[in-house]
Amino acid sequence: MPEDVGESAAGRWRRKLLDLLSRNLSVVVLALLCLISSVATWREQNPITSRSGAAVARQVLEACPAPCSVLVVARDTEADRVFARAIEEGLDDSGVRIAGRVFGQPRDVRLELERLAGLDGSLDAIATHRIASDWGPVRSAGARVFSPRSYYWPTFLTPRNLLNVVNQNADIAIIALGMTLVILTAGIDLSVGSLLALAGVIAAVAAQEWFGGAAASPAGLLAAMLLGVAAAALGGLLSGTMVTAFRVPPFVATLGLMMLARGLALILAVGHQRRLVGGGAEGTPEAVRVDATAFAWLGNGAVLGVPNPIVLMLVLFIAAHVLMTRTMFGRYVYAVGGNVEAARLSGVPVTAVLLAVYCLCGAFTGLAGIVDASRFEGGRPNAGELYELQVIAAVVVGGASLAGGRGRIAGTLIGAMIIAVIQNGLNIAGVASYEQKVVFGALILGAVLLDRLQPKIASRRARMTRGSTPTPVQ
Amino acid sequence: MLELHRISKSYPGVDALRGVSLVVGAGEVLGLVGENGAGKSTLIRIVSGAERPDGGRIEFGGETAAFASPAEARERGIAVIHQELSLVPQLSVRENLFLGAGWSRRGIVRRRWEEREARRLLGLLELDIDPDARCSELSLGARQAVEIAKALALEPRLLILDEPTAALSPREARALLRQVRGVARRGAAAIYISHRLEEIEAVADRVAVLRDGELVRSIDRHEPAGGGDRRLPLDRDALIEAMVGRSLSMEFPPRLPQAIGEPRLEVLGLSAGSRVRDVSFDIRRGEVLGLAGLVGAGRTEVARMISGAMASDGGEVRLDGRRLDLRSPRQAIRSGICLLPEDRRGQGLVLSRSARDNFALPNLDRFRRWRGLVDRRREGRAFSRWREQLDIRLSSPGQRAATLSGGNQQKVVIARWLERGARVVLCDEPTRGIDVGARYEIYEWIRRIASEGKSVLLISSELEEVLGLSDRVLVMHEGRIRGEIADPASADPAGVLRIAAGIDRSEGPSVA
Repeated sequence: MPEDVGESAAGRWRRKLLDLLSRNLSVVVLALLCLISSVATWREQNPITSRSGAAVARQVLEACPAPCSVLVVARDTEADRVFARAIEEGLDDSGVRIAGRVFGQPRDVRLELERLAGLDGSLDAIATHRIASDWGPVRSAGARVFSPRSYYWPTFLTPRNLLNVVNQNADIAIIALGMTLVILTAGIDLSVGSLLALAGVIAAVAAQEWFGGAAASPAGLLAAMLLGVAAAALGGLLSGTMVTAFRVPPFVATLGLMMLARGLALILAVGHQRRLVGGGAEGTPEAVRVDATAFAWLGNGAVLGVPNPIVLMLVLFIAAHVLMTRTMFGRYVYAVGGNVEAARLSGVPVTAVLLAVYCLCGAFTGLAGIVDASRFEGGRPNAGELYELQVIAAVVVGGASLAGGRGRIAGTLIGAMIIAVIQNGLNIAGVASYEQKVVFGALILGAVLLDRLQPKIASRRARMTRGSTPTPVQ
Repeated sequence: MLELHRISKSYPGVDALRGVSLVVGAGEVLGLVGENGAGKSTLIRIVSGAERPDGGRIEFGGETAAFASPAEARERGIAVIHQELSLVPQLSVRENLFLGAGWSRRGIVRRRWEEREARRLLGLLELDIDPDARCSELSLGARQAVEIAKALALEPRLLILDEPTAALSPREARALLRQVRGVARRGAAAIYISHRLEEIEAVADRVAVLRDGELVRSIDRHEPAGGGDRRLPLDRDALIEAMVGRSLSMEFPPRLPQAIGEPRLEVLGLSAGSRVRDVSFDIRRGEVLGLAGLVGAGRTEVARMISGAMASDGGEVRLDGRRLDLRSPRQAIRSGICLLPEDRRGQGLVLSRSARDNFALPNLDRFRRWRGLVDRRREGRAFSRWREQLDIRLSSPGQRAATLSGGNQQKVVIARWLERGARVVLCDEPTRGIDVGARYEIYEWIRRIASEGKSVLLISSELEEVLGLSDRVLVMHEGRIRGEIADPASADPAGVLRIAAGIDRSEGPSVA
């Protein structure tokens, strides 16, 4: 059956383009947001990195060939030291003499200059960065000052910022993966914020009290973390049981669990504090600190320069994507969400699918919880407050329908990134947090409105399509 | 009161109404009967303003009427009571009675007036119902009566009742019929639609029979002398003749020469409350067993219980002599019992997913690679094989099921069970909402499935279809099997309908 009877080629392309755009609307929105953020953060850039250090070294070599003595000035920070090391490496073996190094304040520069003057050596150049080049002692030293040339570039688009944006929202994105499954079955899980806190606190308490505290072995820490994840998964299973066996609406079941889990997290944290202080001391719901330094690796370490939370997020994303698009389970989830009765009559084990979905959502939340705990080197009983709303927003913005059956894992990842980018863009642009709330509210309303309008758009499109094709003769 | 002149209406491929002319007078009840698809619902939709006729003229209360919407028809005094109730269960009777607009004074409820008026309306119908009772606490019959009271509150000039007794017990149904007569006595006109001829006999002053969109018979029961509520007895046989007609317009594929084998599926004493009572039968290998009966006779429930979709109160099902434990559709499917549900869109397909996904849904274990991964190549190959065999017309395998025509949707469901290797296929209204061309193809497939040695249970409200396609037909009436027809090809449709309507108990020499 020819599909394109009575339609011009241009019309067909236009329809295809519109189709593609409307189907990948969230990608378009994300790209637009990145563009806006880039334009809004177009600033003079003075990066203090090893690259800019090497650039300064090249400047010195060009303008002041050997023999030449150079003072390297930087502040006493990690980035400055990397920067200074890069300058020195750039000047190695060139015959340029490093007269001295300063890591500190303008005062330290003055002292170093005085020391050098006492040594009777001439100083030809000072190599430093943009900030220190404005210091009084540097300017009045009588030597040529070299600093990296500044350039214009969107602050938003610097690798550091981008990694930061994703890293800070990795936990939201991880939970959103689980939430997508729940929402696909036309359910909702309000307990994720509390389960995140509970998982973190349980992992921290276990690490401190059962697996040896400061002396905990990596295996012990891993066990503690797994315990946290298992607790959250168990919480999800409880919601799932309420929803399937007792037909409690998901909203209510998970609302109950939300309060229950938060309470448990607080009780555990306070109990730990009491045991720490001893006796009948008043416990406070403070974070449960983990002394073993390895505990912080998951949240703060990096693999090949990519922060661990991002690595974990990507791995989980791929796993969830494969699960939902390639496996029987994924098909079952979509079927249950699309039409539960048709799914049941087709032999789909509806109860088991729903249980697994809530349990998985809990497990994802638990993973996010230990990432959070690791990042703060301890379990915070107040962590994750209002996360459920951010997570639901991410899923909805990512194109999933709250009515179930429609939504994609990739969409959710993009939804989470959209929210992260807006937050970051507003922060860099200096928008206050109150105004940010307004923007977020409007965003969520817009996404839901789009979700409501989509069937209408789709039906109009279908009508267009049907109008252009002859009714199939049967 | 209402006069219809040569009303016609056609939908793509179907002439739903062909020049129907009808008159309903004030104080008169018109009984409207006809088989499924005869055009009754279309007629009601046109009279109540939900649809506009393609041709013809409607006069209502002496003037020409062209209602733009149901709301306008309601304003003009036409009230429709549907089979499904429209009451809010959480509200009281009184609140439901005056739920619509226009009863309050500037948005403030006139409670005293409502209480008085509610009592008056309920009194009119001689109902002993507390106006402050919550509707959810009332029996179905009482709720149906409240529905009528609600319609009466509008003081309609024409009351239309569409299968109002489907969910009622016989006693409740009798009370309802009295109420309809009462409405007529007070000068309103009424149109009463029902499959149940005894109800028509009890309530109607005149009976109109629709068949294939035409008014084929009109029976006037008024006593010539004008004897009030006394009416001439109704000739039910004549009515049934008129409904069935003589035209076997449909063509059926020939029964292939085949050996009908051993009993495959045995059903013993299956029951479900008052809807299915002690139903026993068997289906043999290679046999198409038809299940005829009126809507609500319990046929769908029988199929749903066998397929594990609905729990039974008692009885057992045996497959090849082995007793089955049918607690879920999943188990039934594993044993090879597959259901083509009557509500294809609501129960058969996940409309938001593709045709291929819907085909694969119960068959995913056959396309499994390892750890639940779906082998999409094998899945695609299987689907394209059946797509070709069944001639399923798609733009691509990924086309969403919602956008398929009814025939193609049904073929997707059939393909799904053929791939599954079903041993027993339960077809519940397999051609409902499917046009004539695709119908024939589905008939062919039903015959073909049987000729491969499988067993088919065929439920259809279209008598011609059951008789034309089945090797043997059982007739159900009010939850029981009331007759068996061993040779459906030469059976008299009117006789079958008489059994289904509860008039006769069995048919011909082949009494079960």
